[in-house]
Amino acid sequence: MDVLQLQRKLREHQAAMLREGFLDDQFSQLQKLQDESSPDFVIEVVKMFFDDSEKLLNNMTRALGQVPVDFKQVDAHVHQYKGSSASVGAARVKNVCATFRNFCETQNLEGCVRCLQQLQNEYSLLKNNLQYLFRLQEQIQAAGGSIPTIE
Amino acid sequence: MSLLHVVGFGLKVGHLLWVPCCLIVSFIYLNWFNCNLGINHNHNCSNNNKWKMGFLGDYDGKVWLNNWWEKNLGNTCKQYYYKYKMLRRSWWRKLWHAYVVFWIVISSSRFLHMSSEATEKRKESLVSLCDERARMLQDQFNVSMNHIQAMSILISTFHHAMDPSAIDQKTFARYTERTAFERPLTSGVAYAVRVLHSEREQFEKQQGWTIKRMDTLEQNPVQEDDFALEALEPSPIQEEYAPVIFAQETIKHVISVDVLSGKEDQENVLRARESGKGVLTAPFRLLKTNRLGVILTFAVYKKELPSNATPDERIQATDGYLGGVFDIESLVEKLLQQLASKQSVIVNVYDTTNHTDPIAMYGSDVLGDEFYHVSTLNFGDPFRKHEMHCRFKQKPPWPWEAIHSSVGMLVIAVLIGYILYATVNRMFISEDNYNEQMELKKRAQAADVAKSQFLATVSHEIRTPMNGVLGMLNMLMDTDLDVTQQEYVRTAQGSGKALVSLINEVLDQAKIDSGKLELEAVVFDLRAILDDVLLLFSEKSQGKGVELAVYVSDEVPEQLIGDPGRFRQIITNLMGNSIKFTEKGHIFVTIHLVEEVVHSIEVEPQSTSKDTLSGYPVADIRRSWEGFKAFSQEGPLGSFSSPSSELVNLIVSVEDTGVGIPLEAQSRIFTPFMQVDPSISRKHGGTGIGLSISKCLVGRMNGEIGFVSIPNIGSTFTFTAVFTNGSPNSKEGRSQPINNQPHLASSEFHGTNALVIDPRPIRAKVSRYHLQRLDIRVELVSDLDQGLSLITNGNSPISIVFIEQEVWDRDSSISSHFVNNTRKVDPPKLFILVNSNSSFRASSVNSGDPFPVVITKPLKASMLAVTLQRAMGVGNRGNTRNVELPSLSLHHLLRGRRILVVDDNSVNRTVAAGALKKYGADVVCISSGKDAVAKLNPPHQFDACFMDIQMPEMDGFEATRRIRELEASMDGDGNNSKLHVPILAMTADVMQATNEECLKTGMDGYVSKPFEAEQLYREVSRFFPPS
Repeated sequence: MDVLQLQRKLREHQAAMLREGFLDDQFSQLQKLQDESSPDFVIEVVKMFFDDSEKLLNNMTRALGQVPVDFKQVDAHVHQYKGSSASVGAARVKNVCATFRNFCETQNLEGCVRCLQQLQNEYSLLKNNLQYLFRLQEQIQAAGGSIPTIE
Repeated sequence: MSLLHVVGFGLKVGHLLWVPCCLIVSFIYLNWFNCNLGINHNHNCSNNNKWKMGFLGDYDGKVWLNNWWEKNLGNTCKQYYYKYKMLRRSWWRKLWHAYVVFWIVISSSRFLHMSSEATEKRKESLVSLCDERARMLQDQFNVSMNHIQAMSILISTFHHAMDPSAIDQKTFARYTERTAFERPLTSGVAYAVRVLHSEREQFEKQQGWTIKRMDTLEQNPVQEDDFALEALEPSPIQEEYAPVIFAQETIKHVISVDVLSGKEDQENVLRARESGKGVLTAPFRLLKTNRLGVILTFAVYKKELPSNATPDERIQATDGYLGGVFDIESLVEKLLQQLASKQSVIVNVYDTTNHTDPIAMYGSDVLGDEFYHVSTLNFGDPFRKHEMHCRFKQKPPWPWEAIHSSVGMLVIAVLIGYILYATVNRMFISEDNYNEQMELKKRAQAADVAKSQFLATVSHEIRTPMNGVLGMLNMLMDTDLDVTQQEYVRTAQGSGKALVSLINEVLDQAKIDSGKLELEAVVFDLRAILDDVLLLFSEKSQGKGVELAVYVSDEVPEQLIGDPGRFRQIITNLMGNSIKFTEKGHIFVTIHLVEEVVHSIEVEPQSTSKDTLSGYPVADIRRSWEGFKAFSQEGPLGSFSSPSSELVNLIVSVEDTGVGIPLEAQSRIFTPFMQVDPSISRKHGGTGIGLSISKCLVGRMNGEIGFVSIPNIGSTFTFTAVFTNGSPNSKEGRSQPINNQPHLASSEFHGTNALVIDPRPIRAKVSRYHLQRLDIRVELVSDLDQGLSLITNGNSPISIVFIEQEVWDRDSSISSHFVNNTRKVDPPKLFILVNSNSSFRASSVNSGDPFPVVITKPLKASMLAVTLQRAMGVGNRGNTRNVELPSLSLHHLLRGRRILVVDDNSVNRTVAAGALKKYGADVVCISSGKDAVAKLNPPHQFDACFMDIQMPEMDGFEATRRIRELEASMDGDGNNSKLHVPILAMTADVMQATNEECLKTGMDGYVSKPFEAEQLYREVSRFFPPS
């Protein structure tokens, strides 16, 4: 596939992700932070985010499985997750986290469980999309092209 | 009279009671709310109540009630507050009833007491009346009796002891008639002689009549009219007789009647001669007159008998009997006539010799008062007993005095009680109202909090997507767009920025409304702030061709302590307004000490309107502070007459030559959301709360704001603000790294001489102010010729010349002449001061001469310094750009700085670090508050720290607090600004960690997460001078 096509695909994909709210402005800010001194900055951060997500999601699942549920504990995890999702610009995850925190505050177990499922969904969607994005970038780089900035 | 007395007494008592009542009521009232504030106070409260009870119930049940009250209240209070309240209320009602009953008892007992007293008095008066009458009657009786006794002696002397007798009936009648006044109580006197049966015939013969018997007369009392002495039977044969021989004229009819034949008389006579004393008969109807009377009988003896003679001897010695008739009825009546209050008293006289059957001697059976008094009468006859009964004719009158006084007392007491009761009731009601209002207040406060929360949340929520919008627009700008599209995008971006600033303003207003606005007290450099503001507006002013200038008086200290952010906000707002409404001319900011200005009012004459920065007329600045209280208070110097060393009173004016404010709108420009007219907001934008916020802020800085505005000439806004002197010579200042950016190059130019050629003194003054800040000595001249002569002939060599654009442009030949001439000597550097780039280029292109350096106004010390450095060092390089890009300046600020990032969230940490690294900072990341404390334990090499707030184990606030403690403990000599490391909070939530909260824990500010370049720059620029 030729580089231009790939580049267009990448742009479209990224624009779609922004449009559908998977990502927000913060992600583009992140990409801006990436330069020659730190070429893999975005990927690094996102990988970190993936690890963090999996760990936190596991923690949440475990915390919600306990009897009785320690909502404070759950809330702390969700807060963390909200922070990291905000940092990478994972808008939809962040929004679900906000709802999740409300449920934690009202100690609504049912809502919490529902939110957790939603979070897992969102997270896997986001992960797939991002991985696809990174794959495209790799291909472009492999083909010798430059990654288009996201303007 | 007595009624008045009672009422007066009642009032007096009422007053005496009233005063302590008032005291106690007010005391209770004061304590009331205390009591109600909490159940804990109940002990106190019940003590208080106890006292109250004591006052009200000064009767026997008091102690019991008190105990009950205290115990009951105490327990109930603790358990159920509301139940307690109801209980207390019902107890007040019961107490009130008890009080009323109590006073009814008191007043009725008083009534009883008083009426019994009145009765007693009446009784006493009756007794004295009665006794008086009895005594008088007795006395008069005795007088009569004595006289009769004396008469008996007379008879014994002149009748029996003389022979022939010296007395006959005629003599006796005459004598007795004439001496009747001596015996006021007797109606008649008669003398009967003792005749034995043996002597009867002789006696009858001698007298010429027969002795007649009396008993038939007694049995058949006859009327006076048909009374006939002849009808009487002659006396039957008796052992002895006692016929009456002498009689007073009034009772002549009894002559010849045998006294011994009458039962009463016989008894009397016998007793009299036995006892030798006066003897009384029982009362009986008198012969002829048929009135009640008694007869007093004295025996007449032949010889004088010793006082101890036996009855037999007395009988033997008896010669006759003298009797006096007492007409008791008329006598008593006569007597009573002489006495006072005869009408009111009824007198009865009884003979009570026989106790079971007293004989009435005087008095009618008229019904009177049932109460009577008995006085014993002693008429000298021990055998007979007499009594006098007195009673009042009238029934006892109503005891009005008692009724009035008791009723009056009851009324007063009940009134007082009612006042108390009503007061207590009133207090209950106000207590209810108070509780209700507290409830409402709570709700209102909750609503207010909710409002602020809502505002903050909403504005936060709007800001976040707005940032997205702005970011996207930014990106869009960098794509290939045609001119129209770019225009659209720029408009959209401008609107977005306006929206964000509007939200910030609304947030400010909400803060002011809720009183949450707090001012910082940090050391800052006023001049640097003004430079910043200038930078902010320079682009706009250059675009409009409006001259922008700042002048700060030399008297103003370098360092001030106050809230730089808010000060800047006020200035920005005023300048923003000015620049919005000014199309030509200038905007001029001046800052003086109030003292200077006040003095200059007196010293300087009115400056001409021509003498302004741009030559356009301006509104008179003096009029803008006419309304200031501080100025008008005490003479022209007002409260500033004695400048204290600590406080710095600044007066700041922003003068423009804009459209001015219409006169009719001038009164409401400080009202929130008011604008001159609605079309303005459409034309110029803005919410209309800027000025109201400024006014609040000025007020918080203990200053005042005022303005003067003349339509189509311009407006001048003036405000005062009070700061603390923060210069090094004043001993204290809060530890804060100071932004001392304007001094970066001051030493370089020390000793340099400069010349400013400017025809307008004010503008020249501004130029001189900026140059002096760089430590350059400045001379001012008004045109090129003077300048030239000064350069060529002056004592000190002039190395820099600043020429105002209009001087330069006026005549190119003079300019070139000037340039050529200056070349001859050691040529000074030439700088042209221009208002905007575009206006100058056209005229300067064809000057042909070595191009002088162009400096675009507004002048700023830092920018001047850079330009001068370049010009002096590297040489002419054309005009420099003095408008820096924000990210570029972030680079400047952060390059090479060592920054510690503390966040437990690895993603956040990496992103923050990445962003900071991007700006050239040297970043170290750690993940917990504890590590942060360890790392920042001085000495360390970090220039700043960005700290997350919500972290497990030790949150950002706690960590900061510890770090500050460490710094304080390390810093012994008070010079702690070196150790103070700036700590900025990183937060995603504006409301949760407000600025104040951060500052309270010792943080220096906060930035939102994820970083926004502008905010980051604003915060960071406060600590780092650009490198």
